[in-house]
Amino acid sequence: MNHQQLMALLPFMVLATASIVIILLIAFRQGHTVIQVTGFLMMCLVIFTMWYVRDVLPQTIMPLLIVDGYGALFTGLIIFCVLVVGLFSYIYFEEREENPREYYILIFLSTLGAAILTISRHFISFFIGLELLSVSLYALIAYLRTRNNAVEAGVKYLLLAALTSAFLLFGMALIYMDAGSMDFSAIAQKLHTAEQSSPLFLLGFSLMMIAVGFKLALVPFHLWAADVYQGAPPPVASFIATVSKIGVFAVLLRFAQELHLQNNHSIMTIISVIAMFSMISGNILALRQQNIKRLLAYSSIAHFGYLLVAFLPGNSAGVEAAAFYLIAYAVTILIAFGVIILLSAKDKDAERLSLYRGLFWEKPFVAIVLAVALLSLAGIPLTAGFIGKFYVLMAGVQQQAWLPVIVLVVTSVIGLYYYLRIISTLFADVSVAIQKEKRLHPFFYAASYAALVVLVLLLLGFGVMPAIIIPGIKQFLLIGN
Amino acid sequence: MILVWLIIVLLSGGMLCWITARWRPMAAKWIALCAVLADLAILLNIWLQYGKGVQAGTGTWMIQYQTAWIPSFGISFHVAIDGLSLILLLLTFFLGTLAVLCSWKEIKSRAGFYYFNLLWTLAGISGVFVALDLFLFYFFWEVMLVPMYLLILIWGDKNRRYAAYKFFIFTQAGGLLMLLSILSLYFIHGAQSGSYSYDYFSLLNTQLEPAAAKWIMMGFMIAFVIKLPMVPFHSWLPDAHSEAPTAGSLILAGLLLKTGAYGIIRFVLPLFHQAAVDIAWWAMLFGVIGIIYGALMAFAQTDIKRLIAYTSVSHMGFVLTGIFAFREIAMQGVVMQIVTHGISTGALFVLAGMIKERLHTRDISQMGGLWTSMPAMGGVAMLFTMASLGLPVLGNFIAEFLILMGTFQANVLLTVLASTGLVFSALYSLRMMQKVFLGPVTSGEKLTDITAREMIILATLSIAIILLGLYPQTVMDVVLSKK
Repeated sequence: MNHQQLMALLPFMVLATASIVIILLIAFRQGHTVIQVTGFLMMCLVIFTMWYVRDVLPQTIMPLLIVDGYGALFTGLIIFCVLVVGLFSYIYFEEREENPREYYILIFLSTLGAAILTISRHFISFFIGLELLSVSLYALIAYLRTRNNAVEAGVKYLLLAALTSAFLLFGMALIYMDAGSMDFSAIAQKLHTAEQSSPLFLLGFSLMMIAVGFKLALVPFHLWAADVYQGAPPPVASFIATVSKIGVFAVLLRFAQELHLQNNHSIMTIISVIAMFSMISGNILALRQQNIKRLLAYSSIAHFGYLLVAFLPGNSAGVEAAAFYLIAYAVTILIAFGVIILLSAKDKDAERLSLYRGLFWEKPFVAIVLAVALLSLAGIPLTAGFIGKFYVLMAGVQQQAWLPVIVLVVTSVIGLYYYLRIISTLFADVSVAIQKEKRLHPFFYAASYAALVVLVLLLLGFGVMPAIIIPGIKQFLLIGN
Repeated sequence: MILVWLIIVLLSGGMLCWITARWRPMAAKWIALCAVLADLAILLNIWLQYGKGVQAGTGTWMIQYQTAWIPSFGISFHVAIDGLSLILLLLTFFLGTLAVLCSWKEIKSRAGFYYFNLLWTLAGISGVFVALDLFLFYFFWEVMLVPMYLLILIWGDKNRRYAAYKFFIFTQAGGLLMLLSILSLYFIHGAQSGSYSYDYFSLLNTQLEPAAAKWIMMGFMIAFVIKLPMVPFHSWLPDAHSEAPTAGSLILAGLLLKTGAYGIIRFVLPLFHQAAVDIAWWAMLFGVIGIIYGALMAFAQTDIKRLIAYTSVSHMGFVLTGIFAFREIAMQGVVMQIVTHGISTGALFVLAGMIKERLHTRDISQMGGLWTSMPAMGGVAMLFTMASLGLPVLGNFIAEFLILMGTFQANVLLTVLASTGLVFSALYSLRMMQKVFLGPVTSGEKLTDITAREMIILATLSIAIILLGLYPQTVMDVVLSKK
């Protein structure tokens, strides 16, 4: 490993150091605030080092990793999400029953796993990244272990994740058996020379899709989503919704790009069927949902179905669409969970929809923020969600994938109903005040409000002026291609 | 650039209303009124400046403004007006002013946010009428949706949630299909010419295969006929119109329905001429079905606002039939119908709102003999009922007459059927008049006749409808330049 390769890995090393630093801080009996601030600064340092090493990219670190613009883009997005999640975690956990300090070790380890996924070019790093991500999540989901749903959610996630990891390994083994290599580009070469994909490869990929589908909560591997979103503390749920899914989607996209899977008809059929079922069931399951956390879980199933439509073309337009969609989705969902966290009472999360009745007249700021986020999820103009959906539709229409595109349109109309249901609740007449007993640390409340403002401005900015970010995405994706 | 200012004034006026209402609740309506009046003044100025040139037949487009918006997709902020847009914008700000005025007393709670939504709806509508980039058009098409939804949802009547959902979901469903069509057109045009653009003028040059043209046109058509509305897609309309606050009904009936007609004239006919000719017979048929069905349903209603809503279905049937007759004279009738229907139906909704303010009901059976206590209102109501049933001298007569004259050349049978709509319209109009204003007095309360503010609203509307009936040529001259 030469100097430049080490430079390229610097951000990931800083990220790995973050967990160790937190462990040391705990050993020296530092408080929650110190840990929180240090964690925040470490994440800023990661972003700074990414900026610092931008010139040495792309670097391939044989055989496991490749640090290119694509990886940097998704890692940057992941770190951004962690910054926001960390900020929200502070006010959430400061008021809760559990000691929150070990929480940050797990969050950073998990982030490291997701970041490794975005730069992996080999089955080994793929698997290590995925396991690092999941193992920390088991503990994170059940972190508030005295609550009823938490342990149930944690165990459910643990069992299913372990099972699907086994499928993933088996699938990798089958592909290794077929191609004789675990390196993405070597597999691609092997496939390229073969006349057509062998049944072995097809079987292997399908088994891998089970694990990936589980992580992305795609139908029919979505059964955990609602329970885990409900049982996990909201910061962790937002972490699962953003960081974990971005990482897994990034590796799936890279794998598909390397292997030119889009030319493989049967695999594309599998994926478009999964996409369509995800869009349909996600939206239909959310329709009558009265619990806002479960509702967001079902809506995320639908959204990753939409995202797979952008995945289908496999050209640069599709990748751009997926990247933009993920950015828009991450910002939106962070806002939604941020509002839930701000409104949560000490011993109970603000998850019943009835709690949000008339919120607009009580707390106009929070309500508008939530309404904007929901409109963005529904894909209404002036928000980034609209441009994202437009981008995805554009990729789909260009590929003439009519069936998935029509399903996308029809299910978004269905989906509109439940987003409007929440919005109309926000604007309803009778208001039930949400009680907040005590306000700890005004600085962090202010910081969370500021974060929400920034996120909303980003959401509207990307929605009205997407030209400010699209060239940036394109430029990133060009590095290393 | 002046066109952009039209929209900016409304958007910033809306924001201002909302912000200032926190400290001075009374200020909001004044700001709103000033914003709409400012726009009306700008537009009248444009009319005076360019009106002459139009008559002389120089250039179709009076003002154009174009600037890059999202260059990587070939999307530009391209707005322009011709005669048709000018007339519709005039209608927008005329009715917009009246909408602000008739909310003056009705809206007591949360006035700031109310006027914010009102102005933003108007901004979306004016954007639709000036956009010449298909992406921009879709953008405004959706922008007018959310504030209108909130208007119905927050300030509507009892059944408002249901009505608001239905309105939003119907429109959005059509809108997304239109978006698909826009995208297909974009890619077909891009593949042919090598330059990817959403610009109206570039897309006009697209060569489409008949089958492709048919499907793409259907996407546009569905969006527009839902808004118009055409009969199988009309069911959102009675709910939305009857549950919305008065100003909301006024804008829905007077302006939002017109965006559908405008879309067909501006986009469907030029972009897919042959495909449009192919479906002309069906479109006319559905138009005629709409005329008769709307009239019959109106006759059966007991809720005064639902009744007026169904008359809209009937009147917009004339618009659909007229457009697809493909005759110059019918098209002139269509434009007249758009304007006069906006004014006459708008006026009827304003009257219904005034009655509701006094009687607190929309049920016709609880009304009766209102003429005795409110002769002035009765007189105005009589005027607009007559306008709605197509009495000569009033604007609607000219419009429907021209449409029927045009369609007669295209299809005799359908024209005969459409004409029966006029008879039915007499039925429902007279029934409404009799039940509400004539007959025995049912309400024991002492009712006040129209106030000065209401007088201003109704007088402007009355003058407008009579002027349109006597001098229809003014409107046609402005629009004529398009042909």
